[in-house]
Amino acid sequence: MRVQLQHVAHVRSGDKGNTSNIMAIAYSEDLYPLLKEQLTAERFKAYYGGAIKGPVDRYAVDHLWALNFVAQGALGGGVSRSLCLDNYGKALSAAILGFELDVPDRLANQLRGL
Amino acid sequence: MKRLRIGSGSAWWGDRVEPARLNAEHGDLDYLCFETMAEATVSAAQVRARRDPDFPGYDTYLDDRMQAVLPGCIKRGTKIISNQGWINPDGAAQRVTHWLRELGARGVKVAAVSGSVITDRVLDLTDTILENGKPTSTLKDSLVSAEAYLGAEPIVEALRQGAQIVITGRVADPSLFMAPMMHEFGWDPSDHVRLGRGIGLGHLMECGSQVTGGYFPDPGFKDMPEPWNLGFPIIEVEEDGSAVITKLPGTGGAVNLMTVKEQIFYEVHDPANYLTPDVVVDFTTTQLEEIGPDRVRVTGIGGKPRTPTLKVSIGCMEGFIGEDMFFYAGPGALRRAKLAKQILEERFKIVGLDAEEVRIDFLGLNAIHGDATPKDLPEPYEIAVRVAARTKTRAEAVKVGREVDGMAVSGIAMTGKRVPHQDRTREIIGVWSSLVPREKVQSSIAIYES
Repeated sequence: MRVQLQHVAHVRSGDKGNTSNIMAIAYSEDLYPLLKEQLTAERFKAYYGGAIKGPVDRYAVDHLWALNFVAQGALGGGVSRSLCLDNYGKALSAAILGFELDVPDRLANQLRGL
Repeated sequence: MKRLRIGSGSAWWGDRVEPARLNAEHGDLDYLCFETMAEATVSAAQVRARRDPDFPGYDTYLDDRMQAVLPGCIKRGTKIISNQGWINPDGAAQRVTHWLRELGARGVKVAAVSGSVITDRVLDLTDTILENGKPTSTLKDSLVSAEAYLGAEPIVEALRQGAQIVITGRVADPSLFMAPMMHEFGWDPSDHVRLGRGIGLGHLMECGSQVTGGYFPDPGFKDMPEPWNLGFPIIEVEEDGSAVITKLPGTGGAVNLMTVKEQIFYEVHDPANYLTPDVVVDFTTTQLEEIGPDRVRVTGIGGKPRTPTLKVSIGCMEGFIGEDMFFYAGPGALRRAKLAKQILEERFKIVGLDAEEVRIDFLGLNAIHGDATPKDLPEPYEIAVRVAARTKTRAEAVKVGREVDGMAVSGIAMTGKRVPHQDRTREIIGVWSSLVPREKVQSSIAIYES
């Protein structure tokens, strides 16, 4: 089945200067490997389109089921200079909730919000 | 076995006060720690102090916070660590002694830790702006304030001198929470194993309720009990730096694996190398275990020797932002919003708006995610047209609001608007980062007694 990331992982974003870090943490141990395989740094950056101006690095911490994406140039020059209403990019992590993943049917009972 | 109980009193300047009072009165705390500074806090305080001689230069909620927590802290003997000193730790410390006397608590030692401000010599002590690689000397004309991030050591020294309350200027946020661990357990500043654990725990605590259910609930996906009544976190630390994160019974929210995991990575880049003044933290070895309701045991956070430099924040006056919005609703809201955008763009040409960047958003459609917004969305019923421009002078920034004013009677059909308020501009205090050799920054401690 094909589902949005919001059913597979929870997200949060943080700001430092003009860099936003956006984490995606799988809801279960079984869901984590497919999240790690399908949500690469390249796909993440592409999904955000022009909203991320710089490179994206991905750090994986497997035993916490967590991916941390560090996106440079994502905050309009930094909190105080940004013309975006969400100066801190606190809501920026929410965009990736719409990223679609392939999930085997046998894991359907581990998906949230369905 | 000695075990420390350290509570959070605030995670930022605007945080709620009531949960701090609850922690002070019912937390059975050894220490209560307050974090109240953002990246631009010091620079903004400097700008305000220049214009407003009555501004004391410390946390504007100092009185509220201290009045709320001092009775409970005095009764229990809870010590307080706080960075509410901003640009005037001495003034803040003296103000705290005032409130102590009001409560009849005499002879309490309050320390002020200063030394982080290096504005007068920052251009001599630093070379490169970390964000863009340019020399820091390029900031000479716009420089407002520069401060180094101090570590836990001056707080530990103040505690050693008998302070029961320590008020600081800029100190790295997690260091505020680690200082009590170093002091009470006798951890050596070179013990990077224990300091790594302590700073890692401080990192989990410094954002307060973000580890107890704040910045977390998402209905149907991640629910939280009583999200209107969140408790601030409490940590129980053992001498080896292992700990349990919890919160007061009867408060809303929760402490569980999900809340703790999210906070581990909050504002962290490489999780194996989280740089702080005291130690380099490695979060990748962290072990978490739910050992009871709202109790998560945290062990295994790694530490590596600290770097020879301290981070410096350099605040600069970089101009102004003008900003305003107006509204459309009902069938056809989007087509009217699009014409309004076109009118504004033409008007900005006519009045010669000199801006570094202009942004016109359709709030309700694409204002928050910008280019990351999916295409071909259904048309929203309501749209706010929100316009912002970054300019060198206030006179240019004012033009944004003035052109929005013009949309009232010279605009298009069915334009909703707010009552004009203020001049709809604000100053930009941009923050840049650099590094300074740590031996070039000397802290100082003054002790006041109530």
